[in-house]
Amino acid sequence: MGLFLARAFFYASTTPLKFSNLLKEIQFIGFQSILVIFLTGAFAGMVLGLQGFYTLNRFGSAALLGPMVALSLIKELGPVLTALMVTGRAGSAITAEIGIMRISEQIDALELMGLNPFRYLVVPKLVAGIIALPLLTAIFNVVGILGGYLTGGKLLGVGEGIYFGEMANYVDMQDILGGIYKCLTFGVLITWVCCYKGYYSGFGAEGVSKATTQAVVISSVLILIWDYFMTSILF
Amino acid sequence: MISVEDLHKSFDGLEVLRGVSFQIEKGEILGLIGMSGYGKSVLLKHIAGLIRPDRGRVIIDGNDMCCLRHKDLQRLRSRFGFLFQNGALFDSLTVYENVAFPLREKTKLSEEQIRKKVLDMLDQVDVIGAENKYPAEISGGMIRRAALARALVREPDIMLFDEPTTGLDPIIAHHIINLIQSCHKRLKFTGILVTHEIPKTFEIVQKVALLYEGKILTVETPAEILSSDDPIVHQFITGSIEGPVQYH
Repeated sequence: MGLFLARAFFYASTTPLKFSNLLKEIQFIGFQSILVIFLTGAFAGMVLGLQGFYTLNRFGSAALLGPMVALSLIKELGPVLTALMVTGRAGSAITAEIGIMRISEQIDALELMGLNPFRYLVVPKLVAGIIALPLLTAIFNVVGILGGYLTGGKLLGVGEGIYFGEMANYVDMQDILGGIYKCLTFGVLITWVCCYKGYYSGFGAEGVSKATTQAVVISSVLILIWDYFMTSILF
Repeated sequence: MISVEDLHKSFDGLEVLRGVSFQIEKGEILGLIGMSGYGKSVLLKHIAGLIRPDRGRVIIDGNDMCCLRHKDLQRLRSRFGFLFQNGALFDSLTVYENVAFPLREKTKLSEEQIRKKVLDMLDQVDVIGAENKYPAEISGGMIRRAALARALVREPDIMLFDEPTTGLDPIIAHHIINLIQSCHKRLKFTGILVTHEIPKTFEIVQKVALLYEGKILTVETPAEILSSDDPIVHQFITGSIEGPVQYH
């Protein structure tokens, strides 16, 4: 698997990328995930607003709801939940697409045209993952913060000024950068695992089905494990 | 010239190729016959460099396919055309885009030149009118003909056909055989044709090789094969159930 990633990075850095291919992948991994990211972001933020308010209120610190929601989302929940959602929506489709191309000899056909399947199939997805994940996470965070305000502010009474004002006091650039670094590595991780599993999927429909399941499970577990190491290094 | 020397290949302990050797002269088409599931497609993929042998060599115009650097292998493969059993058309592209794909990627032709070439090729294989359809929207016969168009559109030096007519009705099968013959006359490619269409395809091949139990049993002209006294060759040509070849 390591060699697969190394090859993908090698071809990404040495061969010119077709812009139309890259755009197509960004559209698939990024744009088509916006709805699911919007929904999960909104509800994650709303739950955080509710739970955060009830917990902080016990200690008389409900005014810190804004920073709590924002920091939870920016540093942790935003990158992780976005990555998990993209794995489920786009990652599984990437594995299935490449797996079907493998079993129906379409990848062999590419090779026999003297073309490099890595350049055509893997590199655009890898680059698109790196570009799309931070953008999707940004949407997740913004929607989540607004969702938190909807429940904590509008529903439970934390003032708008306090909610957003305290947020500005407590959230600094390092928190945001930490979140972005996480997203970038998650983008690599998802496309790497899902492309690899598709590229080396077994025979027939069963092989592709197994590869897709494995891709989603391995990506999801690795996201959580990698998140732990990133958090311990970054924050 | 294509030279296959003592090729061995096993999959999970099952020996598929057990020392295959033969040669094809430049411009010749070799018909490869043999029992289903006994390694004809595997042999073809070795020749194309898609599978590495356990032992032995495939030499094409002096290049050992097993030892070529990736770049050199890609360059050599640019001279290949390969017709897969199932066509292997890209299912996310239309028929037109499939045939245009190798031209767009590997030549510097203008879009207008590509269009002219693709439509001419599709006309030759009688798929005109379906150029804007996706592979899932056309019949098996049309997929095979479109795949043939894609394989031939770059006018390859070496053509590998993996059962181009299997599963097609006799008229379309005949049409495809005629098409291969006319393209061979025009392009003079060196080719291997894996086939079960005996003796129909014998009209277009110069030699016939029989793959039996992982080895090439014989390489002879079609006339010699048809009149062979060898009981295995005879049984295979006549399709008789009685004989030394036992089906498992």
